[in-house]
Amino acid sequence: MTADVRVATGIAGARTPGMRAWRRFCAHRLALASLVLLAGLAALALAGPWIAAWRDIDPTATDLLAQFEPPSARHWLGTDDIGRDVFHRLLDGGRISLLVAIAAALLSAVIGALVGVVAGFVGGRLDSFLMRLTDGVIALPLLPLLIVLAAVDVRKLGVSAEFAQSDMLSLYRIIIIVALTGWTTVARLVRAETLSLKARDFVRAATALGASPVRLMFRHILPNAASPIVVATTLSVGSIVLFESVLSFLGLGVQPPHASWGNMLTGAQDFIWKAPLLATWPGLMIFITVIAFNFIGDGLQDALDPRAERR
Amino acid sequence: MTRYLVGRVAEMLVVLLVMSAVVFGLIGLMPGDPVDLMIAGDPKMTSEDAARLRALYGLDRPLWARYLTWLGSALGGDLGYSRSFSRPVLDVLLPRLADTLLLMGLSLLVSAAIALPVGMLAARRPRSGVDYGVNMLCFAGISVPPFWLALLLIMVFAVLLGWLPASGVGEGLADRVRHLVMPVAVLVLTHVGHYTRFVRAATIEVLRQDHIRTARAKGLSEREVVRRHALRGALAPTFTVLALSFGGLFSGALITETMFARPGMGKAIYDAIMGNDYNLALVGLLLATAATLAGSLLADLGYAWLDPRVRLQAET
Repeated sequence: MTADVRVATGIAGARTPGMRAWRRFCAHRLALASLVLLAGLAALALAGPWIAAWRDIDPTATDLLAQFEPPSARHWLGTDDIGRDVFHRLLDGGRISLLVAIAAALLSAVIGALVGVVAGFVGGRLDSFLMRLTDGVIALPLLPLLIVLAAVDVRKLGVSAEFAQSDMLSLYRIIIIVALTGWTTVARLVRAETLSLKARDFVRAATALGASPVRLMFRHILPNAASPIVVATTLSVGSIVLFESVLSFLGLGVQPPHASWGNMLTGAQDFIWKAPLLATWPGLMIFITVIAFNFIGDGLQDALDPRAERR
Repeated sequence: MTRYLVGRVAEMLVVLLVMSAVVFGLIGLMPGDPVDLMIAGDPKMTSEDAARLRALYGLDRPLWARYLTWLGSALGGDLGYSRSFSRPVLDVLLPRLADTLLLMGLSLLVSAAIALPVGMLAARRPRSGVDYGVNMLCFAGISVPPFWLALLLIMVFAVLLGWLPASGVGEGLADRVRHLVMPVAVLVLTHVGHYTRFVRAATIEVLRQDHIRTARAKGLSEREVVRRHALRGALAPTFTVLALSFGGLFSGALITETMFARPGMGKAIYDAIMGNDYNLALVGLLLATAATLAGSLLADLGYAWLDPRVRLQAET
């Protein structure tokens, strides 16, 4: 019986909407290839410390007798200006860059979803205020503003000196800075989706049954606005990796001793004539990661939004 | 129309006012004040000297009182002095603003000259090989780290080939143009992908509309249809994307100016923040914001001019 239904609807084998979406995603070859590539990269980066321990290489150890070594069996991508292993630093940097980007993307998605659903659901003056705010944040020259934020001394905000000096601070700081500005896209998408969902019958039925506004927003509207949130968040991970690298490159992002692809480039810039490959690797990693996230986002858009015509 | 303009300008002023307060507050949170620096530079200074200097500069007063003083003199036309240049901030910033606007304007023109034809070409045959190739290139441009691209260009064109200068602005027209090539190239390459994808999407949307079907039905060639009927329809929404992209472009200009050592606004703001020249940073940020918002307003006006269906109205 079920088989007949499936044949009748013309999507043989795909039992659930999720599976159908997965099939559409797989049809997007570039997105699938990007997903595989990124999964591999993330696995390598996460396993970095173990690989390093197993190969008996300490990526933070300096060796001034082994500066700028060419690639060899031991140092697969050579060593940097103070004799650190470039391959393992790339893995460490990748772990931090990806971690920061994903955390910041999730945080911006949460802020964006909240702003969007409240603006769309409540409407009126609050809506126009929030949307003005969103447009304002999009139109502002953000980078110089973020540089100001990155230069703020957190001790003057009442953070304990102990924490202010811990090396985790630069990670938290950059995640928060990025999230403060990155929520706009999700907010606009969720607002648009909320406006259309608000008028649907199932929401009106829930209202008639006496559901509270909070329940309506979080139980009925937000789950149905998941697709655009997922797509926008995936795309934003890419741009955040880029952004983190810019801030780190300017000396305001992830601080040494933590490696990030951005601050590795800053270090390599000074030796660009002596060792051009040092500057090539981290840049290439950023490029590959960002473009892979963009392709995945593009594929997800096709997969999750079947109503949008394939263009 | 006048009401719309007045409303938009009033809104800009409010944004600038809020920005000035926020940035002033953030600057109060930055490490060290000018007197700390002087103490560091002069070992003989006593704590009484420091206190006297703080009183002289008004640094002993609370932040909000200092902000009100600053705002009062700023509204009176006195934007204060730059500590590191020892000159009025506007004297320092205005020539730099001109340089940055030149950089941004040229990049926008070149980007538009690429994005419009390429985007429309891709839109004429969606899902074709051309469309696919254009899409790949757009994603590549969007995904490349701008400072890394600048680094690669410097490596190839300045050092390996020696064709173009790596830094500075140059003397005389020809030299100035030569100095602009790489910075403009970086800005164009990292921004044109967004514009092209947008033009493509807008053109596809337009090509589906009835008046295009009519144009085809009356026997116009596809070329003519695109050139005479679709272009205008695709151009108008492109202006909205432009309106929102000035801020991003300014951020891009900051990176390119830093990479190519061009004395522009972005670099001035960055250097001012790094060098504790807070008044310069504050006024620089406000000027940059004003320029960005003015750019958005112009783009919105352009949109209304191109698309007569749009009526600009003051929102109530």
